[in-house]
Amino acid sequence: MVHQIIATGRSRTGIPTGRLAVWWVIGSEILIFGGLIATYLLNRFNHGPSWSVEAANTNTFIGACNTFWLLTSSLFVVYAHAASERRDAAKTRMWIWLTILLGGFFMGFKTYEYATEIHHGFTLFTSNFWSFYYTATGLHGFHVLCGMVILAIIAEGDIKKGRNWHRVENIGLYWHFVDIVWIFLFPLMYIAK
Amino acid sequence: MFEFLDKFMPGVLESLIPRASEFAIQIDVLFDVITLLVGFWFVLVLGYFFYLVFRYRHREGRKAEYVTGETHKQKQAIEIPHFLILACDIAIIIPTFVVWYNVKIEVPPPDEEVRIVAQQWAWTFYHAGEDEILGTDDDIVSINELHVKENTQYTYHLESRDVMHSFSVPVFRLKQDAVPGRVITGHFKPILTGEWDIQCAEMCGVAHGIMGARIFIKSEEEHKVWLAANTPIDRGASLLAVTSEEEITESKENRNNG
Amino acid sequence: MAEVAPAEVGHGDAHDDHHEESFWSKYVFSTDHKIIGFQYMFTGMAMALIGGYFAYVFRMQLAFPGSSIPFWGTLSPAAYNSLVTNHGTIMIFWVAMPVLIAAMGNFCIPLMIGCDDMVFPRINRLSYQIFLLSAIILIVSFFVPGGGFGGAWTSYPPLSAKAEYNSTPFGAPLWLIAVTLEIVAFLLGGINFITTTMNARAKGMKIYDIPMLVWMIVIASILFMCSVGPLVAGAVMLLFDQTLGTSFFDAAAGGDPVLWQHLFWFFGHPEVYVVLLPAMGIVAEVVCVFARKKLFAYKLILFSSIGLGILSFFVWAHHQFISGVDPRATYLFTTTTLLISIPVAIMLFAFIATLYGGSIRFSTAMLFALAFIAEFLLGGVTGIWLGSSGVDIYLHDTYFVLAHFHYTFVPIAIIAVFAAVYHWFPKMFGRMMNETWGKIHFWGTVISFNGIFIPLFILGSAGQHRRIYNFQNFPDLAGQNMQDMRVFATMCLVLMLAFQVIFIVNFIVSLKRGEKAGRNPWNATTLEWITESPPPHGNFGLTMPEVYRGPYEYSVEGREKDYWPQNEKPEPEKI
Repeated sequence: MVHQIIATGRSRTGIPTGRLAVWWVIGSEILIFGGLIATYLLNRFNHGPSWSVEAANTNTFIGACNTFWLLTSSLFVVYAHAASERRDAAKTRMWIWLTILLGGFFMGFKTYEYATEIHHGFTLFTSNFWSFYYTATGLHGFHVLCGMVILAIIAEGDIKKGRNWHRVENIGLYWHFVDIVWIFLFPLMYIAK
Repeated sequence: MFEFLDKFMPGVLESLIPRASEFAIQIDVLFDVITLLVGFWFVLVLGYFFYLVFRYRHREGRKAEYVTGETHKQKQAIEIPHFLILACDIAIIIPTFVVWYNVKIEVPPPDEEVRIVAQQWAWTFYHAGEDEILGTDDDIVSINELHVKENTQYTYHLESRDVMHSFSVPVFRLKQDAVPGRVITGHFKPILTGEWDIQCAEMCGVAHGIMGARIFIKSEEEHKVWLAANTPIDRGASLLAVTSEEEITESKENRNNG
Repeated sequence: MAEVAPAEVGHGDAHDDHHEESFWSKYVFSTDHKIIGFQYMFTGMAMALIGGYFAYVFRMQLAFPGSSIPFWGTLSPAAYNSLVTNHGTIMIFWVAMPVLIAAMGNFCIPLMIGCDDMVFPRINRLSYQIFLLSAIILIVSFFVPGGGFGGAWTSYPPLSAKAEYNSTPFGAPLWLIAVTLEIVAFLLGGINFITTTMNARAKGMKIYDIPMLVWMIVIASILFMCSVGPLVAGAVMLLFDQTLGTSFFDAAAGGDPVLWQHLFWFFGHPEVYVVLLPAMGIVAEVVCVFARKKLFAYKLILFSSIGLGILSFFVWAHHQFISGVDPRATYLFTTTTLLISIPVAIMLFAFIATLYGGSIRFSTAMLFALAFIAEFLLGGVTGIWLGSSGVDIYLHDTYFVLAHFHYTFVPIAIIAVFAAVYHWFPKMFGRMMNETWGKIHFWGTVISFNGIFIPLFILGSAGQHRRIYNFQNFPDLAGQNMQDMRVFATMCLVLMLAFQVIFIVNFIVSLKRGEKAGRNPWNATTLEWITESPPPHGNFGLTMPEVYRGPYEYSVEGREKDYWPQNEKPEPEKI
């Protein structure tokens, strides 16, 4: 039995501690993705024309669909948060599961996209553009997957039992962040040609 | 300007290692300028520090003072030295920019050129032959030996075949990393005859610690003798046509590491 | 919607309904911040012994090249490179970081701000476990086929990226994985340092009432978080290059090897301040206690350290003056590098000004703190030669650089840490350390430390480069007088290591037989000294402290005692 820690309950700044922690995680992640995107951009500026040729082979349609899934899922997670504020467990869980569903769509489309690209001979080793493409989108996909798992744990482990309502807001922040990363990746990898 | 300043300087680096290039004096003088400015501050601050430690050691019956350091007057104790440091910083930055421009940015028109290729773990030097033009038939290729003549303005082209290396000639006060995929250009002008070390200054693998070479600075006449003795006999196009890869491996086996 | 805060009642012995804990749950899988702090401290000290042993081996090789080294044997060039590389890596990532930030942060933050634990104890434990895993992976990497990674702690590609260049097919990726995991551990640890300090302060503790050490660890954690992200991205790319065969850093395939240098030093320079700031914090605490003085210009120090942090993001390319970046960029980086001397100088001046008018007691902790100021001053000012790009052309990658950064890192990671250990030992273990042996240890350590590195300044100025296996291969460096200096430096190193035996013995003996410390042996004001030594689980017993004043109210005029604890209620007439 772990003691209830007094420190965890305190809030001198008025901001819940969990939310502060999520902002800290997001801050670290922004710098990791920022570093990756910055090195991608530097390379892209240095090798302009040859990279544009490579980038023309990405599937903009699937990219656009994935953007749509993620943006919509961000809306759903907002609804989930609103429902959690009203302590409405059924609605909260419904919206969370819809978010997970759209995340699943994203992952499904992504899998199909990877499969076709590899089938056409564009692998991690084809060129540096494709190395960056797989590293950046793969890392992002991993974050989406983690987000889905955490969402499921919160829906079934916490909300169903009617506790830890604040976690919906925290995972919502994280989910928005993952969404925003995609908003950067989509134009850089799919649109700029 | 640097020659003039040099007369008043302690000459720290010169006492340790000779100056064999034209710009060495600038780096030495800059070193000395910093030594004087920083040394003055260092001794002053450290002296004051030890004085305080001694003066305010604990003695029975004397209580410490209550000083917050928040009033304007007290803060001046820090602010005034801080502006003086700023002034010293500027006094260092200005000559630094001059030296940097002279050594690394401006490349004077060369009398002669030399191509330097670094690899794990040897230096290959392509000297212009008797015609003093690099890339012609009479180029002299040598491993781990750089032969230059005194009072001649050189431009070097530095390349690497594999990993990062760094071309360092301490007597020239010259150092430049060799980056794979790039040709980096710089300059030097030897002013002293003799024979000194070239070191690799960037970790480059197992034998980094023995990746040395020698630089031979000769007078015009001696250099001519060396040229005559080493000019390739066939003078054919063979030298450049073959990328000299095999040649290097051959010579590597014969080379003298001492 | 904010959760309802539980009543602020500590869980003293009355509430202790838990059973006698087993060794494992008490010391290995504990979530108590003090235990986690000890875990970090002892792991860091064990790694320091490994790093010190490595230093001994390669210094012996330099002093007596080719001879058989006691406790090692003959040293090969590959092993030499590996020792040099891992000495640097261990001392930065597995000694300075865990001891200064994690151990001090974990032990001191909750005690100093008056709460019972970190806000996320389990994340804290996870952070240590990842850290321990990273240390084990690093140690394993020394024994894999091909040996440990030997491409310098900066790990520049293409050397680090391809096994055909570095000849360590397993050592290099393991090294990189270990470093990345260590970084992840500290990102996780940072969550706690920030959120605990922001949210879990004792009642009444305003932001300028926070002890300087806590501030410094918080600022260091923020700096670390802001600087390390791009390196994590870079590490993933480098790992792909090493293991999968991508070519992010391979020039022949369109990559850029210099890119790694930017990513590395964008982290690497702020990293210096990440470890410097907690050391500064330790010195601030110790100097105030033993000079019986209020910290001079608290806010100025605080704002200087924030300014230092911001400025540290604009100096990274001074590590790359001659590495083939655009030479014009150095104008900017020289300027920022020399400007960064100002905030550091302000902090040191403030410490020196704190001594003014004090009543200085030369305890061992105070001696180490004073030594930090003096030695770090030399480390700091020698940076000016190197920051000046013109001189750096000559001094780059020589022993001058090496001596310079050892004059910063040894005061930070060794001298300041000893100050901390001697200062907080009574609080940590409830007993005093032996002061006589402490002073012998102090003088032995500090004098032999100077004996090591002053000759190296001279050797560096004479053009001796770093990471060279055997200087006898270079005729200009093989002279007898230069070799004598190398032998002298090595002898001093052996001496310095020998004096650490005194410390270890003193530590262990004091742990068992030291004088009982009592709550507040130094008559200090900050909150950790109001509780028992060692503090119980929950730190403050049944009533959590309240704070009424700043952390350094020493020798206040008109008061009988020369210290005024932060939690002492003001007398009614003064309100």
